[in-house]
Amino acid sequence: MASVHIRNVHKYFGGTHVIRGVDIDIADGEFAVLVGPSGCGKSTLLRMVAGLEEISGGEIEIGGRVVNAIPPKERDIAMVFQNYALYPHMKVRDNMAFSLLLAKRPRSEIDSRVAKAASILGLGELLDRYPRQLSGGQRQRVAMGRAIVRDPQVFLFDEPLSNLDAKLRVAMRTEIKELHQRLKTTSVYVTHDQIEAMTMADQIVVMRDGVVEQRGKPLELYDHPANLFVAGFIGSPAMNFLPAKLRRAGDRAEVELADGARVPVPRDAAGEDGLPVIFGARPEHLSLAGAESGLAAEVVVVEPTGADTQVFAKIGGTDVTAVFRERHEFRAGEPIRLAPDHERTHLFDAASGKSLRT
Amino acid sequence: MNRFFDNRNVLGLIFMLPAAALLLVFLTYPLALGTWLGFTDARIGRAGHWIGLENFSMLVQDSVARLSLFNTLFYTVVASTIKFALGLWLALLLNRNLPFKSFFRAIVLLPFIVPTALSAIAFWWIYDAQFSVVSWALERMGLIHRYIDFLGDPWNARLSTIAANIWRGVPFVAICLLAGLQTIPPSLYEAAALDGATPWQRFRHVTLPLLTPIIAVVMTFSVLFTFTDFQLIYVLTRGGPLNATHLMATLSFQRAIPGGNLGEGAALATLMIPFLLAAILFSYFGLQRRKWQQGARD
Ligand SMILES: Nc1ncnc2c1ncn2[C@@H]1O[C@H](COP(=O)(O)OP(=O)(O)O)[C@@H](O)[C@H]1O
Ligand SMILES: [Mg+2]
Repeated sequence: MASVHIRNVHKYFGGTHVIRGVDIDIADGEFAVLVGPSGCGKSTLLRMVAGLEEISGGEIEIGGRVVNAIPPKERDIAMVFQNYALYPHMKVRDNMAFSLLLAKRPRSEIDSRVAKAASILGLGELLDRYPRQLSGGQRQRVAMGRAIVRDPQVFLFDEPLSNLDAKLRVAMRTEIKELHQRLKTTSVYVTHDQIEAMTMADQIVVMRDGVVEQRGKPLELYDHPANLFVAGFIGSPAMNFLPAKLRRAGDRAEVELADGARVPVPRDAAGEDGLPVIFGARPEHLSLAGAESGLAAEVVVVEPTGADTQVFAKIGGTDVTAVFRERHEFRAGEPIRLAPDHERTHLFDAASGKSLRT
Repeated sequence: MNRFFDNRNVLGLIFMLPAAALLLVFLTYPLALGTWLGFTDARIGRAGHWIGLENFSMLVQDSVARLSLFNTLFYTVVASTIKFALGLWLALLLNRNLPFKSFFRAIVLLPFIVPTALSAIAFWWIYDAQFSVVSWALERMGLIHRYIDFLGDPWNARLSTIAANIWRGVPFVAICLLAGLQTIPPSLYEAAALDGATPWQRFRHVTLPLLTPIIAVVMTFSVLFTFTDFQLIYVLTRGGPLNATHLMATLSFQRAIPGGNLGEGAALATLMIPFLLAAILFSYFGLQRRKWQQGARD
């Protein structure tokens, strides 16, 4: 086991600056998830940790050892690829044993380690099959088996669940988390799915365009997004944003929306009077209000899921979503009033996108 | 009537007819005729009579025919082996991210595009006893003092024709294997690298096994083409010197057309069939095993 430190790392593909100064610290035994929209450089960063891509600048340290110049096979890491990359001409058993075989382990040790990994993942029956004879989920499991037989210092996962159907994805998510709780091996997991990130991570690293936007514990990011991007990316349905102006009068702080409506904002919000801001409220922090309070909205669509009710509406010209635990029936076009839970709202500088809460 | 034409099987049969007719006229008929001729004493201008195995028993005792069998086997084995090795090497090189990749690929294909007869004439010049550019260059470098008699000496002639055949055959092997290499996902190599495989082990445990099915197909074709080669030999040596480069195909032609002995030539050509069949069966069963090995369900 080992900690991983990524210090001011850069990556150029020809003239394209793909990773632009990334710093990440992953503690020993931690499960870190790199999340971000497609093309933001997550895979590239992961592949640099693996040693599959040259590091153009900066330093990567695994287990106290700077690995910039160390070839992949000496880094003691295992990787689960998005397409699984199972050797098609080898049986499941041989796929799993391959690295141990190359390391010239005695046959008895190889067999017992393969058997152990197989029993952890429930692969016992499949050991004598070829990858083509397996379903997607089984292949995924074999790919993980191949990683865990080696008992490496670090596991790397590159979108391992994205080729599975939705139901299996949820099941495997839990399974990977369980596996991590059991083995406690430092893991770096790449995904574009923020729900995967939220549910699995000890630490989430949100990336965009080759830089880290924010990193921290899942709920930290949820409760205190550092900027508009993170606020909009983490959470589903996404946070509602309303353009507004900050208004200060004494120690009261409010925002004034385009239509003149005013809403109080958290006390810790910074910024002077008149500052153009983006007011943010999560769908579950909006509640139905009486005629005098809240913001005037017009219902567009109601989607009851059974467990909760999602209401899509318009405030001024802006689309908003609200989620209620209770069941409601609204007609399209019906006027309602939505009141934000103001201590849990967010405020961002409209120009820089940075959070104004301290 | 309409129902009749709507039937899948009837329709299938109708669509197959042109292909079947073509095969019958241009493949089955000549093959059958050739085989039948082998059992007759037909000569040019004279229909033959059935003489049973007489042609074959004569050929078995004919030292030139036996030499041609040896030549053919030697030619095929040596040329195919080297074509495979060179072709694989070239394919591996071309599969890398070289600058001017497509340019090099085009160059490699060149010998394949030039008509055989034309390239054979070029080789004729290269191997000429007096004007050979190879001899000239070697002499200039001080490596030899007399011009090499490429096509005049039996072993020189054998090796020279083999070299020409290799030059001509390598592009086919290289391009087919390159196509095969490109079907191997790069992530397999990356997985192997992480698993601790050296470049040689990656080749040995990933590239080679995954390439086997294509190698089997390509090498079957390569062996068939080489075994039945005619043009190169006919232009370069006409089978000489002292029949040292006569292949079964050239000798069969020699006996049948210039020699006039249609029956004997046909018998010699027929004798090639078992060898060709053996090559095909070998690769067929080789392929079957691979298919199973890869566990293809679909
Ligand atoms: N080998 C490469 N050559 C050039 N550009 C690349 C290469 N690999 C990735 N890129 C570019 O780098 C960026 C980040 O890619 P990637 O790390 O795969 O993104 P992600 O995994 O976050 O979707 C993309 O814009 C992609 O086009
Ligand atoms: Mg990716």
